[in-house]
Amino acid sequence: MNTVIAEEEKRELKDIVAFIRSELKPKGKLLTPFNLISAPIILLGVLLILYRLARGMGAVTNLSQEFPWGIWIGFDVMVGVAFAGGAYVLTFVVYILRSDKYHSIIRATVLNGLLAYVFYAGAIFLDLGRWWNITNPLWGNKFGVNSVLFLIAWHFLLYMLAEFVEFSPAIAEWLGLRKLRKILGSLTVGAVIVGIALSTLHQAGLGALFMMAKGKVHPLWYTEFIPVLFFVSSIFAGLSMVIFEGTISHRVFSDKISHEDHAAYDDMLIGLSQGCAVAMFVYFFAQFLILIHGWHWALLNTPMGYWYLTEMVGLVAIPCFMFFQGARYRNMLLIRTAAILAMIGIIVNRLNISIIAFKWWVPFSERYFPSWMEIVITLAIILTEIWVFRWIVNRMPVFGKPPAWAEETHQ
Amino acid sequence: MGMDRRTFLKGLGTGIAVAGPGSSLLPGRLEAKEVVASKEFMGVLVDTTRCIGCRSCELACAEAHALPVPDISDASALDKIRQTSVTQWTLVNRYQTEKGEVFAKKQCMHCNQPGCVAACLVKAMQKREDGAVTWDTNCMGCRYCMISCPFDIPKFEYDSAFPKIQKCSLCWERLQKGEKPTCVEACPAEALAFDSRRELIEEANRRIYKESGKYISHIYGEREVGGTGYLYISAVPFEQIGFRTDLGTTAYPELSKGFLYSVPIVLLLWPAFLIGVNTITKRKDEVQRREGGKK
Repeated sequence: MNTVIAEEEKRELKDIVAFIRSELKPKGKLLTPFNLISAPIILLGVLLILYRLARGMGAVTNLSQEFPWGIWIGFDVMVGVAFAGGAYVLTFVVYILRSDKYHSIIRATVLNGLLAYVFYAGAIFLDLGRWWNITNPLWGNKFGVNSVLFLIAWHFLLYMLAEFVEFSPAIAEWLGLRKLRKILGSLTVGAVIVGIALSTLHQAGLGALFMMAKGKVHPLWYTEFIPVLFFVSSIFAGLSMVIFEGTISHRVFSDKISHEDHAAYDDMLIGLSQGCAVAMFVYFFAQFLILIHGWHWALLNTPMGYWYLTEMVGLVAIPCFMFFQGARYRNMLLIRTAAILAMIGIIVNRLNISIIAFKWWVPFSERYFPSWMEIVITLAIILTEIWVFRWIVNRMPVFGKPPAWAEETHQ
Repeated sequence: MGMDRRTFLKGLGTGIAVAGPGSSLLPGRLEAKEVVASKEFMGVLVDTTRCIGCRSCELACAEAHALPVPDISDASALDKIRQTSVTQWTLVNRYQTEKGEVFAKKQCMHCNQPGCVAACLVKAMQKREDGAVTWDTNCMGCRYCMISCPFDIPKFEYDSAFPKIQKCSLCWERLQKGEKPTCVEACPAEALAFDSRRELIEEANRRIYKESGKYISHIYGEREVGGTGYLYISAVPFEQIGFRTDLGTTAYPELSKGFLYSVPIVLLLWPAFLIGVNTITKRKDEVQRREGGKK
């Protein structure tokens, strides 16, 4: 009896290996404009990464003793993780509040979140001068539990696992593993709950990293509430990314998306837009209260003050208003424009705290500005992520419906 | 009287230290501790009115730690204000002040509660029992210590494939042998004094009171960022000799303490709340389905 089952499983395994091997081959045209542009950048990025590992950080980056963190932290990690926030917000709406409206985009969003963590949080590896010690926070008696970064390191790892569990039913469906699909599907809600708790803390934690940079971050940006602001802003950063990514995916992968989804999509965008508007309003209001309580009025009338107002009005208040209006008048263009503005606002905010308003007194000539090599490596990371995303979307049920046999177990 | 209060506080500190391990998973270990394992923090008192800018300390430091030896006969090095670097753990700067030329030595301040130590996620940066803040090779090179140091002291070897963090270690290896830091020993002008932090504060106060008018009435490092191992006294306000006087008296680890305290609370309450909401929505779903079925 047992041997028969074992035999069956063995054959199944053989089939699966053969299936995966066939799936590894590229699907579709290789010589597309996107591939022709991205492949050389990725290749150059890989070479530069090797060069960085061989010759040290200084050979590739413009980092200095004054500016120890550059775009690999300020952009790749800080912005990448904020944009990945869509996954925890949407899993909350879909699995906790059980709103079916957003079910069709949950997989793409979770996949995006997972890949964002793998690639952008993975960018930390490049930024570690002593990268061979990267596993030190995980074992031994060297737990720096008083460090915010210790918390973030663990949370990144655990959250990647949680997101992998959330996405894993799609992998099981792809491989046709029915039993496994059932087991993995039953883990989803648990993973979602853990994932939301982890996200809350490490989204805020990225801001808490700068608590000890008191006296280095310009007073208009430095507040003890940075962690709260980072958390709240990750909500609309993530949702804006979902809007932005969805807009592009719907063009690129339109063959995979069924028609009714196209129709329901506008309703979904409006819902996301309302979510963004409310989160942004809360964020803006909190920033306003902090400004008043901080007594920093006089600083507004300085060059840094104008820059602060540009961020708060141009890239928070205005897109917030656009989201409200877009949702009210069902104006998709307005919503999409607002999403892009809000995303720029997040980029500017994270870069302000980590780089631009960091040691604002240092004269322009001595300030950090990323080298072309840092930028190429960052681009290579983003493009590789898109390649992997495309590879998965073209094979697994992400945008389209899961296979019929999985439908009934589908939450 | 002051002594009595100090002894009392010391006892209290030890009491907290004993009670500490019970709650060692909480960030409570950030609490101010002047005394670790019943040893007093040692420190160095720098009397900037005595420093003659000879840079003997720079030379001694370089020799003791196998760093490039500076040419201290070349006075032009003093023409500009310098920062410590990966090859120079300490240096002397010359400042033009209201009372003429003043020299001030610069190095790691060896904070009582160092930001860099709280920042380190692998405990590569450590506050030793005798007060020295030292770096170890299990470091990941994340440079968060550099972000968190109010004095910008840790320096990173960007040009090496095997980089280290370089900074003054208060000659920790010498302290263990019962010797003084090498810079203190090398100082020909007795501008540097090595002792327990408590004794040094007494001595600094004695000098300030005794020669009234010579010093300003402030010991830099007594309260700054929660107290530092290096203490300075000066004839001129500290802004004039390159010190930041806007750092406040809060120890830097305290700044992220609020966030760290919220972690266990969020991890406990948030999932409980989410499970609750999930259960409610599930019931609602079921009720809807049942009612839908009845129709």
